Amino acid sequence: MKSFKTKFSNREAAISTAALPDIIFMLLFFFMVTTVLRKSDDNLKYKIPTAEQLKQIDEKSLISQITIGTPKDTEKYGTEPRIEVDGKFIEVKDIVAFIMKEKDKLPMYQRDQIIVMLKADEDVPMGLMTDVTQELKKANARRIIYGASWKVEEKP
Amino acid sequence: MRRYQRRKTEINSSSMADIAFLLLIFFLVTTTIQSNRGLSATLPPYAEKPEFAKLHDRNLFKIHINSSDRIMIEDAPFEGFDRLHIDVKKFILNYGNEPDLSESPKDATISLQMNRGTHYKRFIEVMDAMQGVYYEIYGERVGISSSEFRNLDLKLADHKAKYDAGREGIPMNISIAEPNKIN
Repeated sequence: MKSFKTKFSNREAAISTAALPDIIFMLLFFFMVTTVLRKSDDNLKYKIPTAEQLKQIDEKSLISQITIGTPKDTEKYGTEPRIEVDGKFIEVKDIVAFIMKEKDKLPMYQRDQIIVMLKADEDVPMGLMTDVTQELKKANARRIIYGASWKVEEKP
Repeated sequence: MRRYQRRKTEINSSSMADIAFLLLIFFLVTTTIQSNRGLSATLPPYAEKPEFAKLHDRNLFKIHINSSDRIMIEDAPFEGFDRLHIDVKKFILNYGNEPDLSESPKDATISLQMNRGTHYKRFIEVMDAMQGVYYEIYGERVGISSSEFRNLDLKLADHKAKYDAGREGIPMNISIAEPNKIN
């Protein structure tokens, strides 16, 4: 019996951590690949509306985003809803130029398939929204997505 | 020479995990998982002066939303989304039976007339309800639920076949009119 005891107690118990860097690197690569480095759209405050008939769009490379909401820095930019693309404010008339620029980034055969993601605050008036969609029609970017989040059933 | 060859040289890799952790945390913090969810729609082509399509009144299902987000349906007061859902479905799938509803699903058009002051939220609510009716009809035709129909993967042949069969002859005619200023 004694021989058993000595046999085990003398051994140093250590978990091999040699594989730890590999695991961490795997996670790291996952996040590196999924990260989309875009200029922050942080100048606007917006809460997208909720809906039920949502569709997930898989063609990520075709999507260009337009954000509409109220500026965070109200002292500088006022409280009127503004349009933001790539981290800077633009006017309604600049949308056509923006879409053309986005189309140029796509390969030739996909230019007409551009999808515009409209992320607008729920309190934006429809007047502004239709002005924007009117410009999108002019730029011939007619596939759009009204950005919305999943509707959670309200408790009665 | 021999002396060096015998010795095993090893790079100490214990700090590798720390470096990887640091990078990992950096990417974790900067990642914003983008959601590409929303209501998909296709806009009509641009026209300098929008043509007024000559539609028979029976083929139009008119929904008005005013600047205080009140809804009026076919010149009658709004009685909740459940009722609207039933009415729109009956309107689309009328096939000429009732004289004041649509002649065929192909001709049936839902017309959304809004005011410039209508809130986007209200518009999305109505748009959501209308698309819900269409997806339900499409789903029923191929024997699946509306959410299954929405999530069909068009890259797969059998899904694409279901998608086409569901939509066959029933286009999603939701027209969004230019908003008026007064109201």
